[in-house]
Amino acid sequence: MNLHAIWAIYVYEMKRFFRTIFESLLSPVISTTLYFVVFGAAIGSRIEQVEGVSYGAFIVPGLIMLSVMTQAISNASFGIYFPKFIGTIYELLSAPVNFIEIVIGYVGAAATKSLLIGGVILVTARLFVEINIHHPVMMLGFLVMICISFALFGFIIGIWSENFQQLQLIPLLVITPLVFLGGAFYSVSMLPPAWQTVTLFNPVVYLISGFRWSFFGVADVSPGLSLLAVAVFFALCLGAVWAIFRTGYRIKS
Amino acid sequence: MAAIVEVENLSKTYKGGFTALRGVSLAIERGEILALLGPNGAGKTTLISALCGITTPSGGQARIGGHDILRDWRKARHLVGLVPQEVALEPFEKVINTVRFSRGLFGKGRDDVLVERVLRQLSLWDKRHARTRELSGGMKRRVLIAKALCHEPQVLFLDEPTAGVDVELRRDMWEVVRGLKESGVTIILTTHYIEEAEAMADRVAVINGGEILLVENKAALMRRMGRKTLRIDLAEPVAAVPEALAGYDLERIEDGAALLYHYDTRGEGTGITRLLQALAREGLGLRDIETRQSSLEEIFVDLLREDAA
Repeated sequence: MNLHAIWAIYVYEMKRFFRTIFESLLSPVISTTLYFVVFGAAIGSRIEQVEGVSYGAFIVPGLIMLSVMTQAISNASFGIYFPKFIGTIYELLSAPVNFIEIVIGYVGAAATKSLLIGGVILVTARLFVEINIHHPVMMLGFLVMICISFALFGFIIGIWSENFQQLQLIPLLVITPLVFLGGAFYSVSMLPPAWQTVTLFNPVVYLISGFRWSFFGVADVSPGLSLLAVAVFFALCLGAVWAIFRTGYRIKS
Repeated sequence: MAAIVEVENLSKTYKGGFTALRGVSLAIERGEILALLGPNGAGKTTLISALCGITTPSGGQARIGGHDILRDWRKARHLVGLVPQEVALEPFEKVINTVRFSRGLFGKGRDDVLVERVLRQLSLWDKRHARTRELSGGMKRRVLIAKALCHEPQVLFLDEPTAGVDVELRRDMWEVVRGLKESGVTIILTTHYIEEAEAMADRVAVINGGEILLVENKAALMRRMGRKTLRIDLAEPVAAVPEALAGYDLERIEDGAALLYHYDTRGEGTGITRLLQALAREGLGLRDIETRQSSLEEIFVDLLREDAA
């Protein structure tokens, strides 16, 4: 294992984040505040409570998930796509580093960034609503696993993308709709029965539900199922990364 | 002395079916500067890319410092520094950070003394806190060299180090490369500037169409292939080459003010003595004579012409 290389990649990527720390953190804080104004104050005043939790607090886990998933994907995909785009990838390919070490460096950094952003959103949210976390360890566990899984997913997108449009394609067309329709802002039980069934095919439902359960102890699906969903998603991404490693797909000619 | 880079029958066919390398074999001695010379698309970059791990060879094998580049890739790559043809640098990163990053990538811990030495050697120390996008083209190339050197490689591949660089900077770059050779680094340099190979290389390998046409000591190559020209400035211009001198392949230039005589140093005799005697017999007075050796460029063009024929 080339630990120096993993650390070098990790530090290099984190530096990029800290170089633009203001922009990196400001945008999630602003968007969270906006969601609170729109959903919490305007709509929330008409909903009041969802499953015994104030609506303002209820949407917090969903908001964190929304930001964390999109940030993990965009950071990781950009992290590996950018060297391909500007040509500095030659250095990664010619160095005594294997693909797994490269993945650990990039995905580790992207996961850390999204974890930090998740933390900042949680702190921001507490300025607006009272939140008591029922299962803090599980909350952190879910958060870390989701950060890593989505960073892995983002890394795969970054490898697959051949232009900036493709880089945006999956986050925009797949992830954002799945998160919005995955119960980020409502409980699945609020939907008509037919739509409840449809919704259960959305994998993000399980992730958000589990994460919300760790906050309030209430869930749309059982927490065990959520854990399984996270594990399966993580395993799928890891498998895809392994396949890329074996075949050199889109990195090596 | 044992070769530090050994290439045996290396071939590369890309997915699209294009064969860039056809069984290349080459041995590069420790401490030498080898110029890999060839026209665009000859396979120079592919050869370097295969040796450095950027592209996977389709056949054959290669060893660097005795380590197979595929089986023992980590050890092989530790010995190698690569300066790519295209200037590729993260634009917003500081010079010193990008160099430290490269060192880490090659599995070495932070060493500020060494990084300072490398940056000073390349006249980049004053610019260490500049972002790479603020640098001039020549400096960017130096940063690439610094990145390639900061993990103390034994073999340095320079892929077209002076492509698109102005004359003054090119000469600076040559100085840098000579300095590196003195510090004991083996250098493989690709170029299509013959002048560059002529100025720097110990040996020259000519590659065309994915095949090595020859590898030879530069001086020996120039001697062997070298045609020389004798320029004879006449005291009085001649209207035509005198008939008595018709057997000598003479070329009349500058309205007959001078004659050019082409001869081959490889021949039994150059014919110069006889020519001069014949000139004296014809009563032609000489003002000056000068000989000139054909450049590597002319040799190279000849070689490619032979290869095409």
